[in-house]
This record gives sequence, C-alpha cells and structure tokens, in this order.
Amino acid sequence: MYVSDVRLPNMLHAALLRSIHAHARIRSVDTKEALRLDGVVGVWADRETEGRISPFPESFEIHPARWLEGVKPVLQGPRPTALARGKVHYVGEPVAIVVAEDRAKAEDGVDAIVADYEELPVVIDPEESLQARATLVHEGSNNNVVFSFSIEKGQVNEALGAVPYTLKERFRHHRYCAAPLEGRGVVAWVEPKTNILTVWSSTQMPHLVRRQIAAQLGLPEETVRVIAPDIGGGFGPKVFVYPEEILVPFLALQLGRPVKWIEDRTEHFISTAHGRDQLHDVECGFDQEGRILAFRDRFLLDNGAYNPMGLTDAYNTAAHLQGPYKIPNFSVTGTCVSTNKVPNAPYRGAGRPEAVFVMERCIDTIAARLKLDPAEVRRRNFVQPEEMPYHAGILYRDGEPICYDSGNYPETLTRALEAAGYDELRKRQRELRQRGRYLGIGIGCYVEGTGVGSFEGARVRIDSSGQLIIATGATGHGQGHETVFAQIAADLWGLSLDKISLVEGDTASIPFGCGTFGSRGTVNVGSAIYGASVRLKEKVLRLAAHILEANLDDLELGEGKVFVRGFPQRDLSLSDLARAAVPGWASKLPEDLEPGLEATYYFVPPTVTWANAAHVAVLEVDVQTGGIKLLDYVVAHDAGKLINPLFVDGQIHGGVAQGIGAALYEEIAYDTNGQILSGSFVNYLLPGSMEVPPIKTVHLESPSPLNPLGVKGMGEGGAIAPPAAIANALADALQPLAPQVNEIPLTPDRVLQLLARREVNVEAGAI
Amino acid sequence: MPLLNLRLTKPKILVDLNGVSSLDSIRETSGGLSIGAMTRQSRVERSSLVRERCPILAEAIRYIGHVAIRHRGTIGGSLVHADPAAELPAVALALDANFEVARDGRDRVIPAAEFFIDYLTSALAPDEILREIVFPMVRPSSGYALEEVTRRHGDFAIAGVVAIVDLDEAAKIADVRVALFGVASTAVRARKLERALMGQEPNEHVFRDAAALLDDVLDPPGDIHASTAYRKHAAAVLTARALHRAVQVCHDRRL
Repeated sequence: MYVSDVRLPNMLHAALLRSIHAHARIRSVDTKEALRLDGVVGVWADRETEGRISPFPESFEIHPARWLEGVKPVLQGPRPTALARGKVHYVGEPVAIVVAEDRAKAEDGVDAIVADYEELPVVIDPEESLQARATLVHEGSNNNVVFSFSIEKGQVNEALGAVPYTLKERFRHHRYCAAPLEGRGVVAWVEPKTNILTVWSSTQMPHLVRRQIAAQLGLPEETVRVIAPDIGGGFGPKVFVYPEEILVPFLALQLGRPVKWIEDRTEHFISTAHGRDQLHDVECGFDQEGRILAFRDRFLLDNGAYNPMGLTDAYNTAAHLQGPYKIPNFSVTGTCVSTNKVPNAPYRGAGRPEAVFVMERCIDTIAARLKLDPAEVRRRNFVQPEEMPYHAGILYRDGEPICYDSGNYPETLTRALEAAGYDELRKRQRELRQRGRYLGIGIGCYVEGTGVGSFEGARVRIDSSGQLIIATGATGHGQGHETVFAQIAADLWGLSLDKISLVEGDTASIPFGCGTFGSRGTVNVGSAIYGASVRLKEKVLRLAAHILEANLDDLELGEGKVFVRGFPQRDLSLSDLARAAVPGWASKLPEDLEPGLEATYYFVPPTVTWANAAHVAVLEVDVQTGGIKLLDYVVAHDAGKLINPLFVDGQIHGGVAQGIGAALYEEIAYDTNGQILSGSFVNYLLPGSMEVPPIKTVHLESPSPLNPLGVKGMGEGGAIAPPAAIANALADALQPLAPQVNEIPLTPDRVLQLLARREVNVEAGAI
Repeated sequence: MPLLNLRLTKPKILVDLNGVSSLDSIRETSGGLSIGAMTRQSRVERSSLVRERCPILAEAIRYIGHVAIRHRGTIGGSLVHADPAAELPAVALALDANFEVARDGRDRVIPAAEFFIDYLTSALAPDEILREIVFPMVRPSSGYALEEVTRRHGDFAIAGVVAIVDLDEAAKIADVRVALFGVASTAVRARKLERALMGQEPNEHVFRDAAALLDDVLDPPGDIHASTAYRKHAAAVLTARALHRAVQVCHDRRL
C-alpha cells in the first residue's frame, strides 16, 4: 500500500500553486476567483499560514556537535517557510495551496489564482553566484555562500612546491535527480477517536517528519503519528521534510477532514530535491612512480535555493576524496553557494560519486602522463592490507577520526580485473585499434563510510502465538527489509522466517527512530535486533528456568522452544512462554520479571564502518558520432558479512544503473532564466534495459569489527563508481590523446567536443 | 494524450477513430503499396507484402520507439503528427509517397513533397482526415538503408538519414534518394546531393564530397540533447554511412 492508495472517508485533495519565476518578489496573490469555484474548499497563501506554521529549522541542526567543533564550518543557511514569503527563489517553489473535493477541481483552483510578481535578476551559474557583485538569492546575507569548510592534513602548499610532477584539472559533476518510481505524497487526518494527527508520507524518515510537524505546528509529539507506507524508491530526496509534509497536516487540522496531496511527475522535477552539482578545481602532485604526494581540491557545490541537509553532501565528498589511497598531504575546501534552482539534497552516494570521479580521473591522468597501466598506479597508492586499520587523518561527518577498519583494497581490484578478463581486454583493444575501432577499459575504486549513526532501534516482541515481531524506526523503500531483518532474527532465535514479522516506518510502533538512508540499515537495525534479542533471550530463559524449575545454565533455545539440555521432553515453546508472561491470575512470572516478552535496544554505532569496491567498465566509442556503447560492467564489492547475496546484487545493479544514467544520459539543465529544460522524461533520460549491460558482481567479505554482526552497508555503493569507471574507459579508448574527460554526462556532443579540442580529424574517423 | 494530460489543450469534442476498420489496410495497387492511415506500425513492420515490396518501410519502422509503442502507434498518426525527428516522414519523402486525404465530398491527393509544412504541422486542413498513404515501389534491385543517432534505444533521432540507391550495368549510381530527419523543422529531401551523385561511382570519397552539399537543407535545432553543430556534423557522417550501406544492400540483392 502506497500513500496514494490511502483512501479515507470525506477526503479532500490538495494542489499547489508553484512559482513560475526563478527569482521574483511576490506583489500579490489574489485567490478570490479560485475560492468562488465550485468544489474548492479553501485556498491558503503565506498570509493565511504565517504565525500558525513556523519556518523550517536551521540546517546546521542536523550536524553532530563533535563534527561542528572539529571542523568549525561556516553555516548560514536561510530558513525557508512552508509557503513562499515575500519572494520566490526557484521555479517550483510553493506559493499557495488549494483544497477541493477532487484533484482536478483543485488544479482548476490553482489555475484561477492570480499571482503578481516583480521579476528579479536570476542567479544560475554557481561561479557567478560567488562573485562580489552577484544578486543575492536570499536577503539579509552578505553573499550567496551558505555553507563552507576547509580541512587539511599535512602541509599541502609546501608539498606541492616540492613535487616532481603536478596536474591541474577542473572537474564538473552536473545536476541530477533521483527519479524514484513513486514521487512524493502526503495524506493527513485527525483520527476521530484518539485525536491523533495521523500522517502518511512517502518519506525515508517518519520520526523526523513527526518531530518537525510537531515543532512547526506547535503540537506535542505524542499527538502526531507518521507512517511511511510502502515506498516506491527513496534514494535520498525523501530524507528531509518538505513544505507539503507540514502543509497537508496543517490543513487536515484546519478543515477537520482528511487531506491528500500526491505530486505528479511535472511537479516532481521542480520541487523534489535535485542532487550532485559540484565543480572541482584540483591540483595534484605526484612522483615518477605515480605515487600521489600532495592533493588540493577546492570545490563549489550548487545548493539551489535551499539545502536542508547543510554540509552533508559536501563534507561526504571531502571525507571520501582520499579513497583507498595513502595521501600524505591533503586539503579540501568546500563552498556551498545559493542559486535560483530547486534545493539540492543527498542522492544515492551523497557526495561520494563526485569525490570518486575526481580522484579516479586523477589517477588515470597520472597513469597516462607517465605511460603506466592505471591498475598499477592504483596498486602503488593503495593502503596495503598490512597497514589496516588505517587512519586517514581527517574527521568523518559524525565527528570521529576516519579509520578504515578492514578490507583488502588490492585484492578487491584483482578480483574485479579477473572477472572482467583484463588481460584479454587489453589484447582485444589492440586488435580493434588496428581496425579503426576504439575499445576502452576504465576502473573506478572507492571506499565508503557506511552504517552512520546516530542510532537505530529495534523492539523485539514475542506474541502469544509464538510469533516474533520486530518493530524498527527504519523504513523500507524496496531494499527487502522484511526478508533481511527477518533472516537476522531467524538466525539469532533459531526460528523459521515465517515466524517472524517486521513493522517499520510507523512512529507509533517504536518511540525513537532515525530512518533509512546512507547505507546504514543492515548495520544499525541488524545490530539493534541483535542487542534486543540478547536482552529478550535472557528474559525468556529466566522465565523458562522458573517454570521448568531448572538451572539457567542447563537451558537451550532453538526451533521456537526452550528446553533442558539432555531432556528435550522438558520444554516450553515461545508461545507457552508468552502466555505465561501475562499479568494477573494466569501469570507464571517470577516476582522479579515484568509482564510481556519484549525488549528494545537502540544501537549507537561507534562510527562508520568502511566498505570498498572496484568497478570496471568496458565500452566502445564511435569517434565520428561520439556515441558510446557500454559492453560490459563488473563490480567487485566488499560489504563485510553478507546477509542476503541476492539483495546485495539487486542493490548493486540498481546503483550501477543510476551511475550509468549519470555518466551517459541524465542531466538536469536550466536555462539562463532559471527555467528547467529537463522537466520531464522526454528530456531527462533514464537508462533503460537496452542501455545497461549485464553486470557481473563478485563478492568479497571483510567482516566489520564495529558491530556484532560484522556487516557493512552497501545500498549506495553501486552508484558511486560508474561515472569514474566510464569516464576512465572513454579516456582509455581515446589514448594516446589523453583527452580531458572531466565532465559528465558524456553526451555524444560532449564526446565530439573533447575530440575536437585535440584537433582530431574526425571526418577521417581515425586518431 | 500528453497535451490533454498537461492541460495544454481543452478540446470540446474528441473523436475516437479506433473503430473505423476500413482505415486499417495494406494492399498493392497500381500506384504502389497502399496503407490505411489507422494501420498499426507493428502490423506494417511484420507484413510480408511490405517486406517484399517496400522493405525500407518495414526497416524504418523498427527504429520507432519500442515494440509496445509500435503496437499502438499508427502509420497515419505518425505522418500527420509530422515530428521532424521521426522516421516515417523521411521515408515518405524518399519514396515520393502520395497522401490520400478525405474531406466531406472533396477528396484530394497531396504529394509527400508538399505534405510536411513545418514543425509538427502537416498540410491537412482542420476538416480533413488522412485516409491512405500510397508508397510507390522502388525497383527490386535497389539497395536501402536507414542510419540514425539517438541518445538511447527507441528515442527520437538526433539526426537520421534514409538512403535508397540503385546502380546501373556499369555499377554507377542510376537512382538515388536521400531524405533526412531531425535536422530541420520538417523531414527534408537532399535533392542537390542526389543530383550530384547521379552517374557517379559509389565510393567513400564520392559520398563524403557529396555530404558537403547538405548545407542548404540543414537547419537543425540546438537543444538539451545535441547542439546545432553536432546535428550538422552527424547528418554528414550518417549520410555517407547510409549511402555506403545502401550500396552494399544493392550488391547483395543483385547476387
């Protein structure tokens, strides 16, 4: 059941009037005509909600104190209001909301609103936004910089002055959108009997949504319940709270009737967060052997009009830039700047793909310059297995010093190259080159901090039928939580999967929750299930010992029962025990045990645990048309102990498909007036089954020492390396030109421009 | 349908042609292969009559979208929609097809060269309906080819070329048709290039030189998918490739 399937009696439907200007002052919003329409129940603009809905919280509230102290970033983001106040800052910004008897009438109502704007100069280019004389996107600030930070390890300036070779490159990772199959939607009503404001939302973070609804509408949290039903894809944009998630509950309260809002795809493109959009200027010093001695990166992140996640993406980029390599001198400066575009928020990979693109292209550029094999250059720079655990010398965004806890980076690369048939491919490349055909092989290696905190909980309960019920604050959006978490519990309890059920995404089922994002589900929820199970097992055994009059040490738990070792006939099923744990006359509890078989545990990870992978992309490029055909794709992946290899493959495949989309097809483009050019799937090109080759996956396992299960996260991994691997493959195909493949997506037009810059006679079809 | 969905048009009357079975037909006539406007693209693609008599038509349809789209899309629909990046208008131009148009009592025939007026605009008047399209058949010895560049499988072409070539006894070019799509506000026929190729030997140099004569028919848009410069470049590359392949097919057919 998805949010759009929720149907309640007397339900009303909402539609939003969104700004058609990228930057403008709102002179007036005239709702008279709209209110007169048959079926329209109400129209609200900011003047009707000011004072009753507080603005959104400061972005820095999401950053942990330890990190703030350690990095001391600049954080001066604006606080958006639910409906635009005074000004609109991007095409798509909500200006008014109409509620009517059905969606079509609500849209008619929207069409009837007369909004009068005074257009202002539009800021689209992030570099221009940085200029001193740039138009301010948000009033009340000195400039358009909203967040920035700077970190350094070693002595980069000195080192760069002393190195034998340097490269200076500019890299651009354009803007993307996550394009989940299901867009956003909210349904809210005040449940009649309990008076609980109940909200269904297609969100990754029900507890966060509840907290903000309560805070912004001035309600106690206990009177608000948020449910994330089945979700058709999250990928990051559903990780923070949107205006509609506050407005729809507000309207349900005002009108005393259920209200539903479901976005259509056109709205989605101009209101659901976009991702990536970074511009890097890199200077890298290296030696004769291809070892990186110094690395300096200054990058710009185009925030759009807002960035509710503060420095999450930007700092993730910084934290992942060094990758699996030893870099003695390293500095990064990240600056997030406002522009008149849709807000920018984390999207699968959340800053890591950008970092990996930069570093992996540098590695290959170094290899080309020194005429070395790119795999060999990587080997020379890897942190070696005997150097693990390795301290990378900077903090992670949780405030802890980065420590690569486990993994064998050279081995991962070896397995990837083996699976790809690297030596054979090089031979084939040479043969095809003789025939005027251009095959390329590209590598992308990375490490990924997974399982980030701050916590996740599991409430484990045994009911009277002997069923194990797990409740958690995580939410599934297609990862297969129902199976994976059940597997973990089944293993811990010796139960079959059909005896285990999962409740997630409902704030009523567990008091505290974080959400599902950042490759953290299995680590945090799995470990919480473990912790809760340890506690609950203890109680179960103590109760059984009491009833069976046996010694605790003589008891065993397995196959849904507790029995005395050596005397299997002296047993009690979990069902028996649950029924014995009731209060009152039927109780068989000893005095020191509370009724009910239940335990809750919140797992707080000490810090992230580090997964790693190596991707290999094989492609052929048509040098006359610039067309690229992906021939093969290999992923060697280490995410610690794997619970369900089939799901792991599924996650990898999905991530790789998105990465291929980013590398070759997808791009959110704006014109100079801030109008979106790629506002539908006609122009925003998602890869289909014909564009994604069969993906070979190889699994390695280096168990994590940071949680009882030895697991690491892997939800995002597939999306992290494809742009790097594919760009490297293109550069490889076009050797010995060493073209600057520094920008994605690699459209045929861009490919030809790369070749033209090298003055290739493309008509002749040879290089 | 997309126009209705996006609230860009609110017609008072919508007429559903799906029930008019007489518009769904494939038959051979003295003028050529006559296809009813409502004939589904997939039917034409698979018709043995079409594959035998007018193979370039069946071949071109393979490039239209995906199978599911071709099951619903109609020949007439695609032609009247007149998208400059579509394959069928270019094929119609290359074959000098004739459009049989019905109007209350006053039917008429519009030749392909006069049918495509502008971007998404055909020569049909508001009270006219396309009934049939007659595709004259080319000589069985002719070779044909369609080349296009798309961003993804099944997308509209960024640029595309339809080429039909026939050689004489001396293996010189005796007949050549070249039509392009995606490179102007309608599909276009490269007549200057055709004239230059007549009587020539069909080799790489001749084709490449001829491609330089495309300039006066090329007026490509620049958009998010490709720039004007790219489309012009691709048009030349694809023209040479299409001619080359058409000649190969011609040789194969003679054997």
